[in-house]
Amino acid sequence: MDWTALWLSVRLATSTTAVLLAIGVPLAYWIVFSPRRWKFIVEAIVALPLVLPPTVLGFYVLIAIGPLSPAGRLYARLAGHGLPFTFQGLLIASVLYSMPFAVQPFSAEFASVDRRLLEASWTLGVSRAETFRRVVLPLSIRGLVTGIVLSFAHTLGEFGVVLMVGGNLPGITRTVSISIYDAVQSLDYAAASRTSLLLLIVSFAILAATYALQRSVWIKAR
Amino acid sequence: MKRFLGACLVVLLASPAACHREPERPSRGRLRVAAAADLNAGLPDLVSRFSAAHAVDVSVSYGSSGTFYAQLLNEAPFDLFFSADVEYPRMLKERRLTLPDSDFSYAVGRIVLWVPSASAIDPRRDGLRALTAASIAHVSIANPDHAPYGRAAVAAMKTAGVYDAVRSKLVFGENVAQALQFVQSGAADAGIVALSLALAPAARDTGRFAEIPLADYPRIEQGGVILRWAMDVEAARAFRSFVLGGDGRAILKQYGFSMPNE
Repeated sequence: MDWTALWLSVRLATSTTAVLLAIGVPLAYWIVFSPRRWKFIVEAIVALPLVLPPTVLGFYVLIAIGPLSPAGRLYARLAGHGLPFTFQGLLIASVLYSMPFAVQPFSAEFASVDRRLLEASWTLGVSRAETFRRVVLPLSIRGLVTGIVLSFAHTLGEFGVVLMVGGNLPGITRTVSISIYDAVQSLDYAAASRTSLLLLIVSFAILAATYALQRSVWIKAR
Repeated sequence: MKRFLGACLVVLLASPAACHREPERPSRGRLRVAAAADLNAGLPDLVSRFSAAHAVDVSVSYGSSGTFYAQLLNEAPFDLFFSADVEYPRMLKERRLTLPDSDFSYAVGRIVLWVPSASAIDPRRDGLRALTAASIAHVSIANPDHAPYGRAAVAAMKTAGVYDAVRSKLVFGENVAQALQFVQSGAADAGIVALSLALAPAARDTGRFAEIPLADYPRIEQGGVILRWAMDVEAARAFRSFVLGGDGRAILKQYGFSMPNE
């Protein structure tokens, strides 16, 4: 069992989820409450990773964070080293890749909050930010949990993107899915199936827990 | 539902008739080939020459030899397998998944040190020692755990006495083609890749390379087999003879391979 790879995947998934929570909530809020007509374009961009092959995304990310792009060069100048083949580079790729799995449940839940509650809060003189914190967020726990769990699980199972941008470095970019692939390639089918089984159990446990949680919240809401 | 069943009936009745109406043509052989990624450049040429002369349609899938091996263990629908080493064909043979006496060795892979045109280092002058330069942050090779070209790259660096210095700079491509792609995209600064890839049109004009002497690493002998479940055994044998014959060898040499018995 490749524990280093498993631990790396858990760290990557945790970091990705944290970043997605930080940028996904404001983004979902904007998508739901902004009056802008062109916000459908933003929605489409956020949803792109759902339909794009991970190889396409990985290829673009590799170019975008590499020294051929201005952003990649700027980062290299500031940080002293480039982004490809680093944990940070992988994190950027994962955030983009899992974005719809966080933003879509968030925004769906925000949108389902009864508008009358919001208007009541506003007319009572509570600011928009405060209304969001005290009305929208508490009513959206279910969507938030779903988004968090899905982005965590999705990052845990990420393969194509990591393969394209990672460089397969133990402890830095060799995630558990890559490690399984390597084991198969090296004909170590026993190791591959052990790790695969663990990943299967973990993924199932996470999803089962989420659905169970949703159900109880749903029943209480009645 | 009734209408749906009716439609199904019509289709069923019509289909044999439709088949019969197809014009009779001289039956062409069909060959399904699984080939190592480093044949990507050379094999299409071989295939077009062969299928023109032999009235056989050849479809080729390129990929990692290890993946093909795992698939062939499960009887993947291929007639012929060109591996990037001789181990996978040997193991298939041991498991009695191949036609008796169908294994062959068709080429020897060669490796080069490849850098982008704009690189500050000079592979021709300095060879692998160039990799120790401070300007080189990442060196990409194929994963030595399972890719023959990756193992060769590591061995060559050891021979040149630079492995310990370069080790921390190494990044691993899933296969040798990805190792080259890492350098071409600028993410890595240099790579040790297959000569056959360095000679391919997509790479030829974007970089410089120097071949690493064949004596500096274990031979990357490449072998193949005809699978037990080959549909058109005659066509498979003919293609094998063509690849091993004079024309085939000339083409493979032109695309950056050496010959096993030379």
